[in-house]
Amino acid sequence: MGGLLPVFLKELTDQFGSKRFMLITLIIVITGLFSSYTASEALKEQQFLNEEYLFLGLFTSSGGGLPSFLFFISFFGPLLGIILGFDAINGERTRGTLSLILSQPIYRDAIINGKFLASLATVAIMIASIMVMIAGISIAKLGVVPNGQEVVRAILFFIACILYIAFWMSLAILFSIIFEKSSTSALTSIALWIFLSFFVYMIAGVVADEIYPITQQSTPELLAKHESLRTMLLRFSPAVLLEEISAALLNPTVRVFGPMFETQLKGLILTPLSLGQSVLVVWPQFVALIAASVICFAVSYLAFMRKEIRSI
Amino acid sequence: MELVVEARDIVKKYGDFKAVDGISFHVAQSEIFGLLGPNGAGKTTTILMLLGMTEPTAGEIKVCGYDPNKEPLKVKRIAGYLPENVGFYEDMTARENLHYLARLNGIPDDVAIKKIDDILETVGLSDVRDKLTGTYSKGMRQRLGLASVLIKDPKLVILDEPTTGIDPEGTEQVLSLIYKMSKEMGVSILLSSHLLYQVQQICDRVGIMFKGKMVAMGSIEEIGRQALGEREGIMKLSYEYINEEALDKLDGIEGIVEKRIDNHSIILKFNEDKKLDIVREVVMRGFLPIEVKGREYSLEEIYIRYFREE
Repeated sequence: MGGLLPVFLKELTDQFGSKRFMLITLIIVITGLFSSYTASEALKEQQFLNEEYLFLGLFTSSGGGLPSFLFFISFFGPLLGIILGFDAINGERTRGTLSLILSQPIYRDAIINGKFLASLATVAIMIASIMVMIAGISIAKLGVVPNGQEVVRAILFFIACILYIAFWMSLAILFSIIFEKSSTSALTSIALWIFLSFFVYMIAGVVADEIYPITQQSTPELLAKHESLRTMLLRFSPAVLLEEISAALLNPTVRVFGPMFETQLKGLILTPLSLGQSVLVVWPQFVALIAASVICFAVSYLAFMRKEIRSI
Repeated sequence: MELVVEARDIVKKYGDFKAVDGISFHVAQSEIFGLLGPNGAGKTTTILMLLGMTEPTAGEIKVCGYDPNKEPLKVKRIAGYLPENVGFYEDMTARENLHYLARLNGIPDDVAIKKIDDILETVGLSDVRDKLTGTYSKGMRQRLGLASVLIKDPKLVILDEPTTGIDPEGTEQVLSLIYKMSKEMGVSILLSSHLLYQVQQICDRVGIMFKGKMVAMGSIEEIGRQALGEREGIMKLSYEYINEEALDKLDGIEGIVEKRIDNHSIILKFNEDKKLDIVREVVMRGFLPIEVKGREYSLEEIYIRYFREE
């Protein structure tokens, strides 16, 4: 249909063959495997309480000084997305291939759709293979086979990871349309990544302190307000959204985020939640992540379609 | 005569600025039409409108009967476009690049593979077809560009500054290829350029654009006459004696503008149009022409004439 397939296949080949993709994949595979290996060691030592969900613990728990797999995804994921997308359009423009492609009988959106889908497929294949490798380790080391619910939870976690990386990828693609030089778009993407991943914690804290100043003598209500404002602000960062989603999906005992009063806890039976309930807990975060990716892609789509061809 | 391109009163405005201001022209089958003008005259904008890559503000365009605005894909299927400063995927070979373009054109793989080798032969890149295009010279890249438009069996090929930045040998090859495409393969060619001398070599007709307007159009001969008027040629004659008396013998020949004696020969200035008659007449009267100089119209002069006036 209008050239989408050839563009998709070509981009997929390019992505898998590119050195920078191989490099970041190597880093993620190595760190991911190590972290889940050490996590499985740690899990083996502790006789874990909810053995039902031992498998999922591999993605979130850390051991032997290495952070968890989830941490590596939330840290390297944006880099992966940025690497796949930052020169999608302006790179082709600089090399003069964009005008060559645009003069072929294809729809203009086939180019951006093909590129986006190819990068998405690249990410999906990569994350899926790492997760399968981790599952293999878990089966070999711990002797546990994931049950049906764990598999579904793992798949949902996988989708959340893809959405998270897709957000950064479409952001990078958007910058590659807006900026002429690929160095500019790469630096802008990375600056935004650093801001949303690290500085947002400081800013959320400062803003919350400013609006609801707290002292040693503050009432619990004020503390709660302060905390929920801070959490709300933090949720502007996709990394925080991913963390919350994975927390609820991979740990069935998580039922709420943010502060809780003791009265609310009264009579609570701490049983693991069912899959549907867990999804319900983080549904807003899920929707926010989907919306962020979709909006980002829609804006880049429009920007590309409306771009005056003279400047291409 | 079948018209491949018909453009009528096309206008393109960017805000208040008129990049193209009501130009009309046509290109016939297997004709080479040159669109000339300095940078910023509106040539590329005109080309983009022909391909449906930018929308005209007003006017009517037909390319092989299709309106590029409404059916850009059909136009792009039969019209090859080689943009200025075209690039290829440098980490792919010439064949791979062409194969990708063939796929984008919906040409089946088995047909494409055969065709690619034939076309690379035509443009003289057979021996480097499996080399990465990153290693190509500018001239080779331009020839690969011509190959990339030939892959779709075009009826019309649009070339934007096809010879800019190539060495003289490369230029020669590109120009002769363009000529071959038009005269042997029957492809119509519209090329834009500011390099007048080269255009002059191959174009059947040219249109000169300046500030969005078509200031002149026709064969170079016609435009030259329009712009520079009747031209004078110079003739050097010898005769048995060189004096005023000899000069008088040249009286009454139509078309002679000036006659004088200079350095032991007679110099005539005459009307270029009547060159043949005048030469015949002076020979009849016993004079021997030693040198007859009548220059063709050069685009350079036409060009300078037009742009000085503005």
